Amino acid sequence: MPAKTFIDSIRETLADEMRRDDSVIVLGEDVGKKGGVFLATDGLWAEFGDDRVIDTPLTESMIVGASIGAAVNGLRPIAEIQFADFIFPAFNQIVSEAARMRYRSNNGYAVPMTIRAPYGGGVHGALYHSQSVEAFFTHVPGLKVVVPSTPYDARGLLRSSIRDDDPVLFFEHKKMYRSVRGEVPDTDYTVPLGKAQITHPGSQVTVVAYGLMAHYALEAADRVAEDGISVEVVDLRTLRPLDRETLLDSVRKTGKCIVVYEDNKFGGYGAEVAAIVAEEAFDYLDGPVTRIAGPEVPGVPYNHVLEDWFMVNPEKIAEGIRTLAAY
Amino acid sequence: MTVTKGSVSRLGADLGLTDADLTEMYRLTALARAVDERMWILNRAGRIPFVISGQGHEGAQVGIAWAFEKGHDWIAPFYRSIATCLTFGMSARDIMTAQYATANDPSSGGRQMPGHYGSHEHNLVSVSSPVATQLLHAVGIALAAKIRKTGQVAMTSMGEGSSNQGDVHEGLNFAAIHKLPFVFVVENNGYAISVPLAKQVSVANVADRAAGYGMPGVVVDGTDVLACYAAAREAVARARSGGGPSMIEAKVTRLTAHSSDDQQTKYRSAEELDAEKTHDALPRFREQLRDAGVLTDEVEAQLEAAIKAAVDDATEYAEAQADPDPSTATRYVYHDEPGGAA
Repeated sequence: MPAKTFIDSIRETLADEMRRDDSVIVLGEDVGKKGGVFLATDGLWAEFGDDRVIDTPLTESMIVGASIGAAVNGLRPIAEIQFADFIFPAFNQIVSEAARMRYRSNNGYAVPMTIRAPYGGGVHGALYHSQSVEAFFTHVPGLKVVVPSTPYDARGLLRSSIRDDDPVLFFEHKKMYRSVRGEVPDTDYTVPLGKAQITHPGSQVTVVAYGLMAHYALEAADRVAEDGISVEVVDLRTLRPLDRETLLDSVRKTGKCIVVYEDNKFGGYGAEVAAIVAEEAFDYLDGPVTRIAGPEVPGVPYNHVLEDWFMVNPEKIAEGIRTLAAY
Repeated sequence: MTVTKGSVSRLGADLGLTDADLTEMYRLTALARAVDERMWILNRAGRIPFVISGQGHEGAQVGIAWAFEKGHDWIAPFYRSIATCLTFGMSARDIMTAQYATANDPSSGGRQMPGHYGSHEHNLVSVSSPVATQLLHAVGIALAAKIRKTGQVAMTSMGEGSSNQGDVHEGLNFAAIHKLPFVFVVENNGYAISVPLAKQVSVANVADRAAGYGMPGVVVDGTDVLACYAAAREAVARARSGGGPSMIEAKVTRLTAHSSDDQQTKYRSAEELDAEKTHDALPRFREQLRDAGVLTDEVEAQLEAAIKAAVDDATEYAEAQADPDPSTATRYVYHDEPGGAA
């Protein structure tokens, strides 16, 4: 089985799905001849042409809004937002329109659309090329939010997202595009939305993470193993719908829970995970549910010293695990 | 109806409209007005909590929508589009059950405020409240029509106030670049709730902006049903033949307050409101059809009776329908999760 990079897995999956289903189109900024600023769509234009791989003007609201309309009229658009940081002009279309179309029409209309967006820091992207924006969207009923961490999951989850009959936000950590490799079978497998995965079984502390942080959580688990602490890592993979069962089963087993996310801590996605654990597994807890997350500044600063200060890393997670394990 | 099928008066001849077409267009205009007037009565009687009205827009809506192919083309309407929706196949009952927010309201099953119509069956996109968002949906529908080679044309309509939103700029630019089969209709009634045109738009006509997108833009008298039809017919033909999008600005009037929660005498003078009533498509179209011999006393009496019966029927029907059951309120958040839980 070939080992592929994260971005190769995404690119090949896009091509596969476009070959499989004529109704799948890709639209976004620079997705055509250039193949995307990260080359996630490289080669698609050459294979599928102008009709199905559309270079749009710099208009994020239009990219999403027109995708909604195209979905209403029989297509399955994959909209690329060049950086998650630039998704906000489309916020109204995503939240007021795509998310509510099915509900407000009493099931009269559906929006089968996938919005792909690279997110995350640690790449010298500063305030506007580093953000983690998932919490804005996980709050919204009607949206599904996916954050894969491996090439295998990226392929299986992207397939499921494209084939899903509801709007899915698919966030790809840009630091992982070329730094993460993994086995990806050539079969037509899917990974179902809404299913977390235990990526490191353990017994004393549950660490919940997703995206790049799922990798850092594994590294942290290895570090604290040297201290004799057994960590179970839960890679959520899909943030909405959340796999409560896997999450709560793990916490009920270990009795301790740390939630890791790259976004700033206050009101972030991990706050919801912590609240659910506190509400539904309180009797099993041997310590406070804690969060390892970004600092309360409005963006990732550029200078590498400042960026390192901002980013959650394996050592920060390991420290948090040691503290909680000793509680 | 005693209109002879296939007969063509001088009035409709140039436009390819039969007398039966003209009579039906008049019926739709009058029906939309009658349904709308009934809505206000029901609101003032305390039967329904909210009304948002299309009075003053009906003639333009019927004339324009008539140019599109029902059941094939698409319309993304807005909250004043009662006549548009009726022309595209919704019934008086469909409109009235939305006012009562009944369980079987086809637009939303009682989930949305009245005015937020929609029907997949009739290719009418579900309306939301943030204005102008629907333009991008219509552009996307047109994009899909072009890619899928369906031959469909998509139209959206909105007020001139909404036309200032950024989504309009983004969508018109894209539609023009790709020569999409798309028609943008602005129903300009001169007010964005209380803000007059002079404080909304810096140019004489919204349609003047069309040139900046590289598409034709025309201004049409929204009280002239047939002029509206002619403009739309041309735009639809252009769109369907690959000629790209067009903008039509219909100058209409707002005969009512913005909504049942608005008091327009606070910002409009009595003289202005009186003058508005003389710019109304309904009596104008009636005169035209009478002069052309299409509407006779007999036909008119039949129409009037039929419209009154339809409005009475719709009201009684909607009154009798059940409210939605709260146990259904979590349905249809997702396709595969009836409970709607995260």
